[in-house]
Amino acid sequence: MNPFSSGTRLRDMIRSIRACKTAAEERAVVRKECAAIRAAINENDQDYRHRNLAKLMFIHMLGYPTHFGQMECLKSIASAGFPEKRIGYLGLMLLLDERQEVLMLVTNSLKQDLNHTNQYIVGLALCALGNICSAEMARDLAPEVERLLQFRDPNIRKKAALCSIRIIKKVPDLAENFINPAAALLKEKHHGVLITGIQLVTDLCKVSTEALEFFRKPKCLDGLVKTLRDVVNSPYAPEYDIAGITDPFLHIRLLKLLRVLGQGDADASDCMNDILAQVATKTESNKNAGNAILYECVETIMSIEDNGGLRVLAINILGRFLSNRDNNIRYVALNMLMKAITVDAQAVQRHRATILECVKDLDASIRKRALELVCLLVNESNVKPLTKELIDYLEISDQEFKGDLTAKICSMVEKFSPDKIWYIDQMLKVLSEAGNFVKDEVWHALIVVISNASDLHGYTVRALYRAVQTSIEQESLVRVAIWCIGEYGDMLVNNGGVLNIEDPITVTESDAVDVVEIAIKHHSSDITTKAMAMVALLKLSSRFPSCSERIRDIIVQNKGSLVLELQQRSIEFNSIVEKHQNIRSTLVERMPVLDEATFSGRRAGSLPATVSTSSGTSLNLPNGVAKPAAAPLVDLLDLSSDDAPVPSSSGNDFLQDLLGVDISPASVQPGTSQAPKAGTDVLLDLLSIGSPPVQNNSTPSDILSSSQDNKSSVAKLDGLSPTPSGGAASMIDLLDGFVPNSPKPEDNGPAYPSIVAFESSSLRLTFNFSKPPGNPQTTLIQATFTNLSPNVYTDFVFQAAVPKFLQLHLDPASGNTLPASGNGSITQTLRVTNSQHGKKPLVMRTRIAYKLNNRDVLEEGQINNFPRDL
Amino acid sequence: MIHFVLLISRQGKVRLTKWYSPYTQKERSKVIRELSGVILTRGPKLCNFVEWRGYKVVYKRYASLYFCMCVDQEDNELEILEIIHHYVEILDRYFGSVCELDLIFNFHKAYYILDEILIAGELQESSKKTVARLIAAQDSLVETAKEQASSISNIIAQATK
Repeated sequence: MNPFSSGTRLRDMIRSIRACKTAAEERAVVRKECAAIRAAINENDQDYRHRNLAKLMFIHMLGYPTHFGQMECLKSIASAGFPEKRIGYLGLMLLLDERQEVLMLVTNSLKQDLNHTNQYIVGLALCALGNICSAEMARDLAPEVERLLQFRDPNIRKKAALCSIRIIKKVPDLAENFINPAAALLKEKHHGVLITGIQLVTDLCKVSTEALEFFRKPKCLDGLVKTLRDVVNSPYAPEYDIAGITDPFLHIRLLKLLRVLGQGDADASDCMNDILAQVATKTESNKNAGNAILYECVETIMSIEDNGGLRVLAINILGRFLSNRDNNIRYVALNMLMKAITVDAQAVQRHRATILECVKDLDASIRKRALELVCLLVNESNVKPLTKELIDYLEISDQEFKGDLTAKICSMVEKFSPDKIWYIDQMLKVLSEAGNFVKDEVWHALIVVISNASDLHGYTVRALYRAVQTSIEQESLVRVAIWCIGEYGDMLVNNGGVLNIEDPITVTESDAVDVVEIAIKHHSSDITTKAMAMVALLKLSSRFPSCSERIRDIIVQNKGSLVLELQQRSIEFNSIVEKHQNIRSTLVERMPVLDEATFSGRRAGSLPATVSTSSGTSLNLPNGVAKPAAAPLVDLLDLSSDDAPVPSSSGNDFLQDLLGVDISPASVQPGTSQAPKAGTDVLLDLLSIGSPPVQNNSTPSDILSSSQDNKSSVAKLDGLSPTPSGGAASMIDLLDGFVPNSPKPEDNGPAYPSIVAFESSSLRLTFNFSKPPGNPQTTLIQATFTNLSPNVYTDFVFQAAVPKFLQLHLDPASGNTLPASGNGSITQTLRVTNSQHGKKPLVMRTRIAYKLNNRDVLEEGQINNFPRDL
Repeated sequence: MIHFVLLISRQGKVRLTKWYSPYTQKERSKVIRELSGVILTRGPKLCNFVEWRGYKVVYKRYASLYFCMCVDQEDNELEILEIIHHYVEILDRYFGSVCELDLIFNFHKAYYILDEILIAGELQESSKKTVARLIAAQDSLVETAKEQASSISNIIAQATK
């Protein structure tokens, strides 16, 4: 005999596992047992199969792999005796799930057992089928289950009913076969059969409209209403009694089915009004069971077609729930009020005070529900008191709740603020309380608003100055404050634009610099804050000439920073402060007003929406290439408007040429109030202190662009976009000299193979690539169009669109007539800047329009075969 | 519908798991780890519901054991509490004032009882008496089979003496 297979009893194994003091000991015991079980399996040991399976299940529950036991389950099921089958089915349900192929092998045994003469074996098979059947098994065994719905023993009928639910969920096509047998179950007296039958009907109605129509007929509906009435009025029945109520489970299932039937059907809703009113008024609410019924009843009343009286009753029940001391009851009340708000917002508003109290509850689940509800309750008229309450609570709330709470407050304030000054006030409060929990796009939005509220600049910067004195550790507050001090520092010092409501304060120039200095030196400030502080300092050096020396000292301190970005900024700014007084003031002019519409548009487009209902439509797609159909079109239109010929470079542009920086459309942003000269503009670019490359349509808001990747958006905001150090060094050289040297011959980078970007029977488009030196993100594409047909194309227009991480500029084409049969071509230069250079390859959609014999032709395509690392 | 049932001890040991929706082995252990982290740390007076990955987990503590059931958002949480209590009462009657050790050493019986209460994540029987009767009948089937087997082996043993 095998030394292992003598084995231990199940009880002994559990004992020895429990006696283990360490995880290692436990593993050793389990390993030994598993070895014994495997040996037994190999010997095909029948006597101990039962015990071995039980052991395996225990081992499985501890989380060890037990796949080697799966076949044993099947063998056990196939054996004749009830005990073997019982453990076999248990193992099957435990060790396997519907996705395992092995499961297919059991279909035959199941079929036999469903036809077995022993009803308990039939029961086992039904139970296993109901718990783990796959779609294939459902198809194969549905006729058996259907037949068992009429089995003589009610205990089999109820199991078959639940099994049918699984089958119709797996294969909805089968639903119609079950409608008639399910209808028969509704007439039964046995509670088990009735409960499962009602559940089956409910699920049938969800998957099949045919079933829904069938059960809505008065014949069925009246029966259901009568059943509910009987059970509501039934005398004490000890077998089903829970807390003085006869079978609350049956109550609840009936109410649920009535809800499904009444929804969207006025006649059906009418039939059930009386009984619903009776349940709502007569049910005892001092025990959980009664409350469960009331809760279900309220939900049904809210969902079925309108009956004013009933709804008042329901809202009153919820009001009672809300003032209950039991947290469970309050939780469900909040839950239900969220649904009720769409039906009767006014009635829910009455409970606003209580709901607000729930936001402050100790229980996280209740807080979360209440907060969501409050957000639904907000409107223009109550936003002020509600926000005040929530902000007051923000001070004392738990750390882990602050994130949620601030997000909700911010979205509330943003959506419903009556005026800008109130919005700014509230945001400053939130930032001072919980600035560290605020998401980037929230404070980006705040900056956009501040920038747009020109009459509030002075007020805001003073308020921020005060706030930052007390809350220096709130990072996003500090960021907004230093941004504003940098921009509007002069208004802080001369008290520019004072409003009546303000207390006067006196801030000296050096006080203002103090704030920025503290921010840059504070241990908790991260690189973004420090970099922003650096920019603010540069701006202040021009605004406050008296502090210029001091500012230079602070800037110089970062010359040795380990962070390349800070080091670089420090050196660049220092050189501006020291050597280029003459251009400094133009360099650090105030930011142009940021475009609110573009910013909000971007936010909506690129962020998962905050409102849960719209999250499904978010445009946040993994690679940024696939967009909803509308987007490329819009892009194309946008681009076509940019196609206008670009002014050739002016004398000011020498720097740009030298550095190979993209400048061609340096024409200034439409709509910006200030138009800095092109030369300074590019300097701005180089130093990345202000607007990013002034290029086609999307610019100033780029600063606030919250692209999918949060980090990169922050980087962009601060102009931190990594520049390869080589390039940076050459810029500094140039700046230091500030002489238009002829460019050093630079490596043009690797050559890229040309591609055929598009080819149809009539047209071929090839791309040649080159990289401007020192700018690896940008690719110059020479597009060549060749006509393969024997006819001339006129009015030839090429358009292209790219995902957000790319920027595209099209130069004018060499012509708009394409000679026939390849006797000539049109060329056009495209300039693509890849902000995700090295991470994502280029991708482009194209649209080519031309006229062939005065007929419009349109060819569209997507180009995915760009060489990598462009 | 109920997606899964978990029994977790206060120390975080799993005492019973039943899955009515497909989860891979890896997902299962992740779910258990995550939920025991959330549920075991909740204070005593808080509500019995936890929102988790778009589902709701209804739990209730009986002595040292947490009974947890994961249900859909729109299910009736209060009713799930009743179902948990229903199961506990039936266990209690079957084992005679049930304790954690009963469920450890007779875990398969706890599963058999659960299978008489729930199928496909839906309630099957609201009468405790009926469940008890069905379990007793099946247990006795097993007993008779065992007796027969031992009597046969006795006969064989005697015959081969």
